Amino acid sequence: MEFIKPNTNFDFVGKRKIAYGVSISLILLSIFSLVFHGGPKYGIDFAGGTIIQVKFPTSVVTENIKSGLAGMGLVNTTIQTFGDPREFEYLIRTDKPVQTTDTFSQQVKNSIKQATGTEPDIRRIEMVGPQVGKDLQEKALFAIYYSMLFIAIYISGRFDFRWIACAVIAAALMGSVYLLSQWHISMAILTAIALIITLVLFWILNLKYAMGAIVALIHDVVITVGCFSLFGKEFSLPIIAAVLSIMGYSLNDTIIVYDRIRENLHKYPKNTLGITINRSVNETLSRTILTSGLTLLAVVSLFIFGGGIIHDFALAMLVGIVVGTYSSIYVASPILMAWQDAGKKK
Amino acid sequence: MKNISWKLAASVLVILAAVIYTIPTFVQGVWPYKKINLGLDLQGGMHLVLEVEAEKAVESSLERIAQDLRMTLRKDQIPATGLDQMEGGKISVRIQGRDQIDKFDKILNDSYKELRIVSRNVENDVLTVSFDLPDKEADHIRRMAVEQALETIRNRIDQFGVSEPDIRQEGDNRLLIQLPGVKDTQRAKDLIGKTALLEFKLVDENHDVNAALKGVVPPGSEVLYEVREDPQTRRTTKTPYLLIKRPVLTGAYLTDAKVQIDSQYNEPYVAIKFDKKGAQIFEKITEENVKKRLAIVLDNKVYSAPVIQEKISGGEARITGRFTPEEARDLAIVLRAGALPAPVKVLEERTVGPSLGTDSIHKGLLAGLIGSGLIILFMFFYYRGSGLIADVALLFNIVMIFGGLAMFQATLTMPGIAGIILTIGMAVDANVLIFERIREELRLGKSLRAAVDAGFHMATWTILDANITTLIAGLVLFQFGTGPVKGFAVTLSLGVVSSVFTALVLTRVIFDFFIVQRKIKRLSI
Repeated sequence: MEFIKPNTNFDFVGKRKIAYGVSISLILLSIFSLVFHGGPKYGIDFAGGTIIQVKFPTSVVTENIKSGLAGMGLVNTTIQTFGDPREFEYLIRTDKPVQTTDTFSQQVKNSIKQATGTEPDIRRIEMVGPQVGKDLQEKALFAIYYSMLFIAIYISGRFDFRWIACAVIAAALMGSVYLLSQWHISMAILTAIALIITLVLFWILNLKYAMGAIVALIHDVVITVGCFSLFGKEFSLPIIAAVLSIMGYSLNDTIIVYDRIRENLHKYPKNTLGITINRSVNETLSRTILTSGLTLLAVVSLFIFGGGIIHDFALAMLVGIVVGTYSSIYVASPILMAWQDAGKKK
Repeated sequence: MKNISWKLAASVLVILAAVIYTIPTFVQGVWPYKKINLGLDLQGGMHLVLEVEAEKAVESSLERIAQDLRMTLRKDQIPATGLDQMEGGKISVRIQGRDQIDKFDKILNDSYKELRIVSRNVENDVLTVSFDLPDKEADHIRRMAVEQALETIRNRIDQFGVSEPDIRQEGDNRLLIQLPGVKDTQRAKDLIGKTALLEFKLVDENHDVNAALKGVVPPGSEVLYEVREDPQTRRTTKTPYLLIKRPVLTGAYLTDAKVQIDSQYNEPYVAIKFDKKGAQIFEKITEENVKKRLAIVLDNKVYSAPVIQEKISGGEARITGRFTPEEARDLAIVLRAGALPAPVKVLEERTVGPSLGTDSIHKGLLAGLIGSGLIILFMFFYYRGSGLIADVALLFNIVMIFGGLAMFQATLTMPGIAGIILTIGMAVDANVLIFERIREELRLGKSLRAAVDAGFHMATWTILDANITTLIAGLVLFQFGTGPVKGFAVTLSLGVVSSVFTALVLTRVIFDFFIVQRKIKRLSI
């Protein structure tokens, strides 16, 4: 059986301007949404706060839960349905980290029971203090930044054969990030600065493949984050895990195309870069679509059947896989042409 | 076929190991006894991050030295003021008169070398000295406080009876505590968080407690309360006591604490026993203070303040206070395990009930079964016979992940299950790469054998490159992540390694078997 017939010849490179347009507008939309909402919507992992997950045997009125909790001093709670609405499960959230001393969960149980008339099963209580939340935010950003950096080093080593140049960049960047972090600059700005420096260095040093891969990664991460912001979904630790695996996954696709480009550059040295890139993307197209489709199958089943806890994680993966597949076809490879395009203008 | 034989041997060995390590998780009591640990989110339990307020340990040690200095000065009849108050981690003392200053300086230089003088000035024959502890000493106290807190909490939890608790230090002054399967989380938390500083303090009978309540607390004394709740009326009463600040005896001298039932009131109380030195001190105090009241203070709360009727020798005492049996038992545990050197604060707390965990496992399993079922079917329809080989590899892949989890004693969390499901998708990727390549080579008109060889050969580096980058992301995640996220990093990394192995070694063995041994002419791909 075959979906994509051999010897397809779509002109991906020729359409790169359109692709850039699409990508840039998606990224702008993401950034706009982030700015509009005042940054990503942090879950309690990062913002600090308390969540209580309760399950009822029968249907209840959420307003009653709220008033019950207000009765015991828990004000400003938001209550949302959790998972399947037929299971009468709710997530209660407050922004304040409640010091749950003594008989907190019993109190919650009693207050809710009084207000709604049904006894809830308290399934989960999570409290994260503001300090921990801040620490986790930094850790998450560090994780994303360092994975990008290490991946970039690996790629430019393997594809541009410039291990030493890369190692020097990496050492310099890590050193400067460390120095800057001593000045207590916000981690988000720090990461952004580091990324921009990384890109500029790659551009100057002519590390094409590393640059292409990193641009594609930033593209995927920004759009996924933007999507979450648009849908009003919260960022939690598992979402960061999802973002990191999206990076690994999207790169997987990118590398396979790069590998083919490298091989074809050797095989047909006379062809222009554009033709070689097109040929390589086309040759690997069947595999790219197939693997993405299969992984999507797994993720969709996780999204549908995996339950509330993993729902958002699966959503992030879903968006990430689609965007990642698109970016490895339309962003990562055509960007190798950027040097050529820049050269022409001169 | 030398080449086949080492690959065959490696495959058989790895799969055998994976199967052997997987079995104990599903069958009780089988060698090698290593089970996959379920994370707190899957089996229920409690995750706590505590901060040891180590600064308090430094302060209390400075306070102790100040109290000691006060006693010495009093003995030498040097009037000093200010030794009671601590300001900004420093203690200041004022001494009046030149002779007194000389005497004071001598004492300070001879017996209190460990104190660091922060400032010293003499004005109109009044000396003001403020001192604190040198940085090195303070650092040492802080470090010891965290270490000791860790040890004490571990002791308490061991006595409380939690199977496989995980307690460790995180950063400078944080403790990470994981208690899987704990049902009564509130009790566990109270048990862990209690400082349990037991002190015996004499009641200050020379001054009036009511005057002290109005704000005139005599130097060297303090007001502490006894709080009682009437179980019938649910009313609490607070009784103030004026106590001499310096404790005459502390819980540091305890050797044992156990719950006993009072035969008269049928109420549980905690019987404590002092060591030899403690017993001596206790005997001396009770002898010197007959007919006076001695307060038993735990974490600055007065439990009782009985009148000493006679000298008590033997070093035994009891703490009463209308306890429930659980309260009495927990109090005995914390007293036995010792006091925390500094109070702790809960920074992060996650409690998952067991029902939610079971639900998560079921849903994760369902999603995994459906996802992998669809993929297996698809592979078979798309690649036919070769697809079946990939499916076999996929199944072994899953076994290998489970075996690896058990072998490394890793923890399986809900995101971890997601990681496994994800690797199922990614695992077939390697096979897809190889198969597509073989198809390409076949289209070029190569012989079966050559096409398979070329397919594997060309795909090898691609597969390695693609997976190493995912592995990098996984390892970074492992470094920075905590709890459930770490679990995801583990399964993702394991999945990457095992899928590379199954694709490059295991499937190759199977292909070679059909091509070389069975000499098939047409490849079903």
